[in-house]
Amino acid sequence: MTMPDSRSAIQLDQVSRHYLMGESIIRAVDNVSAAVAPGEFLALLGSSGSGKSTLLNLIAGLDRPSSGSVIAHGQDLSKMSSLELARYRRQTVGMVFQSFNLLPRMTLEENVELPLRLAEVGRSERAARVREALARVGLEKRIGHRPSELSGGEQQRTAIARALVNRPRILLADEPTGNLDSATGESILTLLREIQKNPGMTIVMVTHERALAERFADRLAVMGDGKLLSNGAPG
Amino acid sequence: MKFRDLSDLAFRNLREAVLRNSLTTLGVAVGVASLVAMLSLGVGLQQLASSRLAKSGLFDSIFVTPKTNLRGPGGGPPATRTPDAKARPLDAAARAEISRLPNVVEVYPQIRFFTEVRYDGKPYATMVAGMPESSKASGAFDGMQGHFFSSPNADEAILQAEFAKELNPQTWLLIGKDLVLRYAERQALPWQAQAGDGPENSGGFSVVPKEKHFRIIGVVETEPASGFGGFGSGRLLIPLPIAETLRAAQVNDLRDILRDSSSGKPAYSSLTVRVKSPSLVVTTEAKLKDLGFSAFSLLDASKALRSFFTVLDILLGIFSSVALAVATLGIVNTLVMAVLERRREIGIMKALGAADGDVKQLFFIEAGVMGLFGGIVGTVIGWLIGRAISFGTNVYLHRQNLSSVDISSVPFWLILGGILFAVLVSLAAGLYPASRAARLDPVQALRYE
Repeated sequence: MTMPDSRSAIQLDQVSRHYLMGESIIRAVDNVSAAVAPGEFLALLGSSGSGKSTLLNLIAGLDRPSSGSVIAHGQDLSKMSSLELARYRRQTVGMVFQSFNLLPRMTLEENVELPLRLAEVGRSERAARVREALARVGLEKRIGHRPSELSGGEQQRTAIARALVNRPRILLADEPTGNLDSATGESILTLLREIQKNPGMTIVMVTHERALAERFADRLAVMGDGKLLSNGAPG
Repeated sequence: MKFRDLSDLAFRNLREAVLRNSLTTLGVAVGVASLVAMLSLGVGLQQLASSRLAKSGLFDSIFVTPKTNLRGPGGGPPATRTPDAKARPLDAAARAEISRLPNVVEVYPQIRFFTEVRYDGKPYATMVAGMPESSKASGAFDGMQGHFFSSPNADEAILQAEFAKELNPQTWLLIGKDLVLRYAERQALPWQAQAGDGPENSGGFSVVPKEKHFRIIGVVETEPASGFGGFGSGRLLIPLPIAETLRAAQVNDLRDILRDSSSGKPAYSSLTVRVKSPSLVVTTEAKLKDLGFSAFSLLDASKALRSFFTVLDILLGIFSSVALAVATLGIVNTLVMAVLERRREIGIMKALGAADGDVKQLFFIEAGVMGLFGGIVGTVIGWLIGRAISFGTNVYLHRQNLSSVDISSVPFWLILGGILFAVLVSLAAGLYPASRAARLDPVQALRYE
């Protein structure tokens, strides 16, 4: 267990998330404490139902802990209003999902532009930042295409561009290679690794592919039954 | 998110389900159309009734008689009458004085006499009435055969249809023909003429038979009834200035002889005073009484009319709002379906940083846009329905040989109100779906397939 550190990008202090199912309590995350240093690439491993995605959602500000605190770059998420959490999601974190979660009726440009619209970035600046983000993932020539016209790997790269466009300090990836073949998955992780090299970009990736995690992450944390089982450097 | 970006997204969302949203918008349009059509008829009928009442001269006229007039309203039976110190004759000087009163538009006498008309060599007994120039605007002459008097001094006559049929069943053939009016002219007695004004107590006058030719220029279907005391009994209508120059003996001349008050000077049994608007009747009536005359007017019915039509408009609005209420349910249904279908999209937006308020506004704008388009289309359809009903009514009136009327009116406030009402109702309908969308748990929404 790692003690909270004020210099950490993310600090988890005895975080629990419980659900009521009838009369029984489901402890999806149970008293987890951990810290992620700025610029670190942490892989969160565990079997299905181990609570790793729930923990990622707590770090993303999509969910609130039942107890404990989640502190990201000095901001205590458990004390934020829903409006402040929305601003946190816009400005501090970027999210990548297993199923890409692109809006199918929008072009790549519009999908990547959406976080900029939400952040009320001016129109003239938006176009440049969208091109820059898409160029970074190598899709600048597919700017007018729709997600259905892209391969899985390209869709995930678009999702990464969308997550990066608001220049967040933390990138959260929930099984980003789960819907991809191994070669494409490897290329996505290579891309994430390149992004991590940007100063200050912290990455937390949920995955169940230990081999890939060991190759690309700085540190592995393993969860089981909602608890943090191990939290150390890759094997 | 900025309003412009929210609007872009809302329009994009509406285009995605264009058929469903169009049908919902059409539902709103039908609701607004029924509301606008009904209210346009209510407003149109009110305007028609108001203008007809205004034209009738019933509510902007005061009926003036001398206080000594046995027949005058308010005079009471002769036995109970007491002499009035302020009483004065209703002569030319009085007429001129009344004309100078503020807000008085017109002062004219009621000239009506029973006489004989000769047409095509045959005699016909009838009542002749003098028509003031202002009666042209009364609406009674709308749709008449022929036309109104070419000038106030023209030797022209308009026949009432029933009387015209007595002369010739094919009334249109009468127009352009001449007739001869035989009447009794009232003249001063020789000693009155020599002495100028003559002795005040030397009552009586002589009656001399006279003839005058008139050209028939029109036949009026409905009996003119301008002003109370009106022209209802007149079957042969001639210009009032001409009728005055005839100096034809009238019924009350005999009364003057009996009361021994005739001075030989022209005096009127009554005058009709028209003022600028019905609201000025009461004050003018008081001034006329101060001048020493009996004055009488009808109460201003326009206020009661407005109350009636306000109630009618409210009832029409309530009944026609039923369609809009149904359309509102359509909007609720469409947006609730949209929230269900777009749960994942809402989750993605929240994960990317959309606040609850952004999501709520997005659905509000979608509802508002449907309301706006529905309101605009509905107002146009409602206007068309009103015009169609008006057109149909006029076709029927035309077949009945009646003059056309405009029973539908869409004033600017109705256009604006119809659209605004549709938008407000749509926003109210979007309240629940928008709140539901805003409250969605993003984690649950992202799991939704």
